[in-house]
Amino acid sequence: MNDTTVNNSQARYSVGIDLGTTHCVLSYLDLTKALEDPTLEPELTIMSIPQLTHAGVIEEKKQLPSFIYMAHESELNEADIALPWNAQPKSIVGSIARELGSKTAIRLVASAKSWLCHSGVDRHSAFLPVASPEEVSKISPLTATYEYLDHLRAAWEHQFPEFPLAEQDVTITIPASFDPAARELTAEAAQRVGFANLTLLEEPQAAVYNWIHASGEAWREQVQVGDIILVVDVGGGTTDLSLIAVIEEEGNLTLNRIAVGEHILLGGDNMDLALAYRVKAKLSAEGKELQGWQIQAISQACRDAKEQLLLDNDIDSVPISVPSRGSKLLGKTLRTELTRNEVREALLEGFFPEVKIDDHPRAVRRGGLTQKGLPYAQDPAVSRHLAAFLSKQVTAADDVLGSASSADNEQGFADPLAGNFAQGGIADFIKPSAILFNGGVLKAPVVSERILTTINQWLEDAGADKARLLADADLDLAVASGASYYGYVKQGQGVRIRGGLASTYYVGIESSMPAIPGMEPPLEALCIAPFGMEEGSETTPSQAEFGLVVGEPVRFRFFGSNTRRHDEAGLQLDHWQEGELEELPELQATLAVEGRRIGDVVPVRLMAKVTEVGTLKLEAIAVNSVDQNGAPERWQIELDVRD
Amino acid sequence: MNIDLSAFPTTLDTLHLGLGISAALFLVLFLTKKKAPDHQAPAENENATGEESLEQTVEQPAKEVIQEAPKTVVLKEATPEAALQLLTLLQQDARFIDFIQEDLSGYSDADIGAAARVVHEGSKKTLDTYFTFEAIRSEEEETSISLPEGFNASEVRLTGNVVGQAPFKGTLIHKGWKVSEVKLPKLSAGHDASIVAPAEVEL
Repeated sequence: MNDTTVNNSQARYSVGIDLGTTHCVLSYLDLTKALEDPTLEPELTIMSIPQLTHAGVIEEKKQLPSFIYMAHESELNEADIALPWNAQPKSIVGSIARELGSKTAIRLVASAKSWLCHSGVDRHSAFLPVASPEEVSKISPLTATYEYLDHLRAAWEHQFPEFPLAEQDVTITIPASFDPAARELTAEAAQRVGFANLTLLEEPQAAVYNWIHASGEAWREQVQVGDIILVVDVGGGTTDLSLIAVIEEEGNLTLNRIAVGEHILLGGDNMDLALAYRVKAKLSAEGKELQGWQIQAISQACRDAKEQLLLDNDIDSVPISVPSRGSKLLGKTLRTELTRNEVREALLEGFFPEVKIDDHPRAVRRGGLTQKGLPYAQDPAVSRHLAAFLSKQVTAADDVLGSASSADNEQGFADPLAGNFAQGGIADFIKPSAILFNGGVLKAPVVSERILTTINQWLEDAGADKARLLADADLDLAVASGASYYGYVKQGQGVRIRGGLASTYYVGIESSMPAIPGMEPPLEALCIAPFGMEEGSETTPSQAEFGLVVGEPVRFRFFGSNTRRHDEAGLQLDHWQEGELEELPELQATLAVEGRRIGDVVPVRLMAKVTEVGTLKLEAIAVNSVDQNGAPERWQIELDVRD
Repeated sequence: MNIDLSAFPTTLDTLHLGLGISAALFLVLFLTKKKAPDHQAPAENENATGEESLEQTVEQPAKEVIQEAPKTVVLKEATPEAALQLLTLLQQDARFIDFIQEDLSGYSDADIGAAARVVHEGSKKTLDTYFTFEAIRSEEEETSISLPEGFNASEVRLTGNVVGQAPFKGTLIHKGWKVSEVKLPKLSAGHDASIVAPAEVEL
């Protein structure tokens, strides 16, 4: 009781922030009110975010587009960019940025979140907007993330001046597929805004929390022990997949996040663009050539048309008209139409084809010369990515539900391998029994039906029961709502999803053997953080010792695996199957010179810690030197190496 | 009669004494009676005068009006800001001004239709975003309805054979529209609302 009162005086609200690739949403829950009567379902509110929509015009919207416009100094009047809380904001964020950027792309910062988890670039360096002339001032993906959060903070404090956002209980959502460095960077941006009570939550988990909140107590009737829930989240820019198992512990239903998918840069924006190019092809066939701005305008018009054609079932075609840019409208307005068949063909067959379970994404092949750009998914078919994920995670539920679960799926074959052969080589996969959808794209019934049919076809082919759809509303805002509800769950109310680390992490060690020309020394992998490691826990230091050279950065190769679930910290692997371990950006440790000679080698052991925030921290612990307090000296190992 | 103007009375007779006293009395009366209105203007400060005289001029006719002429009301003056803002919104999303400023003669209906779609879709989006409309009467148009006594005459307009007493029976011609909510965007203080569409220059 004492604890709660202390907590209440600090954090009155639980605030959930969906920091999306294309939009940010903020939801909040009054903790004081909710904890007064825990029998009632707490009320979640989506905050209306004041933002500039055009020069000098301020509107309140539920979504803050994640865009920043780096304006030229003579482009806008000072009075026209004033915000209610700041007469001279340094950056132009939100709807107006997207609006201005649609005409001046070289000054638009977009997709900062995708850059944040792109390991091929230094995410602290200022390079956004990409491919823009030198004189345009640039910011880093980290700063862009900070700007979105800071706008939300200012908007919040404008509405609740007595409750600074930094002191509230803030939960920021991230894709489940974010690597440790991207998580760390998100936390860094949040800490720069000043958030003191911060937690990171995986987006698919947030979607599940929202579903639990929306269903009330009834959620316990919609799932049962042994269920495997597949969360499919197709947002504006990314597709995120997770599996959650329903288990029983001490007579209570508990949820356990057992697997997450890879980071797939594929979302609703790709679909709008695909439709726009289809319309463009149609117009070129009529002999009309389009300019860049017209394609922009068409993809906007296609987005509206798509929504109509995917929702209403009696509209056969929607006219697309693109007005001229000048003041003359008549005779210069480009007109065509988008039909239901075209939309279905382009979207359903292009992005959600009915494929077999063993039809996986075409291998990513990169040319020697790759432009500095985002690693967009090479295969646009979400269904193939889904098939690959379910196949790869075939044993994911074995630990929590027992290997009986996969045996059951094999219709009574005791040996899963025998089951495989008996089915004529059909690849085995994990069989979800319930599906939860999230993300704006899946609001369209046609799309969600298609995914459901495809998965059910796989299940039927494998002789398993069909999966049920868990109904949820407001797929655009669900993640933010779920995140603010999570802040309430953390107070000990309702059910909490168990998760921990979604991957096992390894450090690469070169085996010591005589150098042979033309042959790389074989690599071994030392497990430093096991799968499922929970927030607030740490591993014991490894047995293996490493030599850190004083005064110069030492780099480690870093690997992650989301299929090897049983490796304990300290285990050294000398071989693994192809695709099991995925190389992540290098780690770096630098020992300050203080009290040592440059070039000295200090022996250290490595250990891992998962912070309360939800980020992974790696530390090097000195084997034979202590600090003033007598504890072994420790150094932080950086996850995001700066070149 | 010979009048000697240089002659000066040596003694005071009763008649002259009476005259002198009455003259002095009149002077005193004159001074006390006329003092207020006449003497104020130059002597006292200008502000006070201004206010008082204004009060008088306003009050006087007002009193008369109440008794004689119909009541005048202060007319509300619509602020141009809001109107300009609506024009800006309609131009932004619907190209409203561009369309109305065009000369339609010489264009085919297909051309006009293509442009009209832009205007219609955009205007609808604007109206739906910033206004909430509701019908004043929920009954079907062209059906018979009855208006009770004390109906709101601003909401319902009676036409045609307007005689008799409420309740009135009649045919609903137009169901009416009422804006129940207006959510116009806010404008920053220094924003020039008269620019409904800035000129655009591509570099």
